[in-house]
Amino acid sequence: MDRNPLRRQLQIMRKSFFDQGYLDEQFVQLEELQDEANPNFVEEVVTLYYRDSARLILSIEQALERKPFDFNKLDAHMHQFKGSSSSIGAKKVKAESTQFREYCKSRNREGCTRCFQQLKKEYATLRKKLEAYFQLARQAGPMETACRPK
Amino acid sequence: MKFSCGRGAMSITSSSAAWKPTDVVADQFPAGLRVLVVDDDPTCLMILEKMLRTCLYEVTKCNRAETALSILRENKNGFDIVISDVHMPDMDGFKLLEHIGLEMDLPVIMMSADDGKHVVMKGVTHGACDYLIKPVRIEALKNIWQHVVRKRKNEWKDFEQSGSVEEGDRQPKQSEDADYSSSANEGNWRGSKKRKDDEEETDERDDTSTLKKPRVVWSVELHQQFVAAVNQLGIDKAVPKKILELMNVPGLTRENVASHLQKYRLYLRRLSGVSQHQSNLNPPFISPQDSTFGPLSSLNGLDLQALAATGQLPTQSFARLQAAGLGRPTAKSSIPMTLVDQRNIFSFENPKLRFGEGQQQQQHMNNKQQINLLNGIPTNMEPRQLASLQHGGQSIGNMNMQVASHGAQNNQNNSLLMQMGQPQSRGQILGDTTVSHSPRRPSSMGQPILSNGMAANVASRNGIPETIGATSYNPVSQATSTLNFPMNHASELPGNSFPLGSTPGISSFSSKGTFQEDVSSEIKGSGGFMPSYVKFNDLSQHKPQNWELQNVGMTFNFPQHSSSLQSNLMQSVLVQQGSSGQMNGHNRSSAVVSRAMFSAGDIKEHGNAQNVNQHLNNLVDNIIRVKSEGVFDTSPGNLFPVHFGQEDLMGALLKQQDSIAPTENEFDFDGYSKDNIPV
Repeated sequence: MDRNPLRRQLQIMRKSFFDQGYLDEQFVQLEELQDEANPNFVEEVVTLYYRDSARLILSIEQALERKPFDFNKLDAHMHQFKGSSSSIGAKKVKAESTQFREYCKSRNREGCTRCFQQLKKEYATLRKKLEAYFQLARQAGPMETACRPK
Repeated sequence: MKFSCGRGAMSITSSSAAWKPTDVVADQFPAGLRVLVVDDDPTCLMILEKMLRTCLYEVTKCNRAETALSILRENKNGFDIVISDVHMPDMDGFKLLEHIGLEMDLPVIMMSADDGKHVVMKGVTHGACDYLIKPVRIEALKNIWQHVVRKRKNEWKDFEQSGSVEEGDRQPKQSEDADYSSSANEGNWRGSKKRKDDEEETDERDDTSTLKKPRVVWSVELHQQFVAAVNQLGIDKAVPKKILELMNVPGLTRENVASHLQKYRLYLRRLSGVSQHQSNLNPPFISPQDSTFGPLSSLNGLDLQALAATGQLPTQSFARLQAAGLGRPTAKSSIPMTLVDQRNIFSFENPKLRFGEGQQQQQHMNNKQQINLLNGIPTNMEPRQLASLQHGGQSIGNMNMQVASHGAQNNQNNSLLMQMGQPQSRGQILGDTTVSHSPRRPSSMGQPILSNGMAANVASRNGIPETIGATSYNPVSQATSTLNFPMNHASELPGNSFPLGSTPGISSFSSKGTFQEDVSSEIKGSGGFMPSYVKFNDLSQHKPQNWELQNVGMTFNFPQHSSSLQSNLMQSVLVQQGSSGQMNGHNRSSAVVSRAMFSAGDIKEHGNAQNVNQHLNNLVDNIIRVKSEGVFDTSPGNLFPVHFGQEDLMGALLKQQDSIAPTENEFDFDGYSKDNIPV
């Protein structure tokens, strides 16, 4: 079949995620958890992440529309969001989260707003990339997806 | 240590909440380690679960702290370790940590994306055995079993020290399978008994297996012993096993102690929490004695001190107490002193104060005093405290049961406490009504055992009330609906434990998720705790168990204030303090306690005022007000005059007050008047 090319493609794609800083080592941890018992573990986790974090994103958005800003609340939301994002290895998203929290701490309204836009962008970009990745992985065959030489 | 799950490993299936006994998994340790993971983030939870499974642990996950608590309560021995997130919507992770520590005494690992030093420190002070930074790597989870082992090892060691009771307990416990520790723990514990050979243990086990856990009535003496033990160990480290060992009461099981401890802690918490409220400390239920409990919190502090008084009240325990007193649920050890059966508690006082005083105190302290003290205390317990009481109550409850049976344990406790306090500080007298009872320790507890005493008293009280008069509790509690515990966390209320009145022999807080109800009932009883204490009085004189704290070494570092009387006083004071809980600051509690104890002791020394109660109240107020400076000025006379009669105590206390200049009377003991609590 054309697993090999697909797999190769998959590997290239995967590598680019790391090289471009979209994902970090934590993603590898997830991959290593994937096994025969949970062959789609990584995809499941990522799906869960996007689903769950969507409401956090929404909460933050709403909080940003309120005036004045409730920085504490924003920070709390973002803290949670950051924890989630870091657990799947979403590196850029996590970095933006950290930045956002800094702005919260310094009560920088504009910084928060700007940063949040950036964060959403990264968040969406990653999602697209991962969706493509998983789709490719499914095509390439379950066995090969999470294989990655350490 | 060989980890053999003697018990046959009741393992809990991880994913489903169904527990099925499995074969011993000890041999494959750490495989099969039963982990409960709590995190509101579903992504993290999923990942953690998978990681833990990969480590071959048995995982149960839950996304809410409340759920976790009820799961834990329903399966006391169902888990070996808990991993919890710090930031959760329904309950702060640290609070959960406290609860678990109090009720189940399981190792808890905190985790958070927050790696700030402050947060990590908080984990440490709250007793977390580890702190993981998110994102958590599987490598970090692979080694969590070490915490389980370490804890067991420590417990075992403690056990070893005391030995006798534990062994006896273990037997029945094992068979009863109603242990607070995990079964694996038990098994390991037994298996790794260093001290004895297995045969020996076995023999003991056989012998003790016949030992039916008697319904423990937490008499004043017993409670005092308990408190003394707790103080000696330090509230932070006072785990049932160790307490049991220290108490060395035949027939007392770890479960008894555990439930009593739970209540006691809740009570203390309540005390500290109450201090914030400052009001409603006078639950009607105190009616018997009209004691108005002073701010619980202060008492709490005192208790804490007493409890923590293993020589020195760990600052952090105190801090906790204080926090509790202040209404901050930091202190795990809010001992629900209030529950103590006043009578019993006071009976503690009656019995010879063990503090070095020897027998003199005994007569002084009469139960009434204790009772008064007790009465006052519970009322002020805040919900939190109540909760902690509950927690403590559970263990205390058990203890109570046992205590009661022991009869005049209180006295012993008092003395014990006193003794404990002795080394440390007079403050130790605090909790120990029991101390007052039996001047068992004539040793000079010159040190302010007050705190201990108090704590002991409290503890004993807690325990006692429950068992002793479970029924009595009821009426009281109901009567005292004035108690308004700001039950923030209804669930925390140790409803179970304290509603001792209702269930004699409340062995454990049936906190199975019914804390709320319990709590409220307790609270209703104005401190529900008090009633229990009252019950203690009933207990009074069961066979004087040897609660003596054998020099538990009350660790209150109270400046040597001493006198057993103090302890008695302290107890009262403590109680009162508990209500007013003013301890602010970590040292406060200790200071307060010590002070209170001290004052109490001093007062006592000065005279066995007839109206000790009144005096005590006053004193207590003063004492409580003492902002835990940690300086007990009271002249340490005899450390805990064992026999504080209530009046005596009060008188002494008062006197002391007068004489004790420096004591900053920050303790606001709500004036709870101590009537002579008939033992």
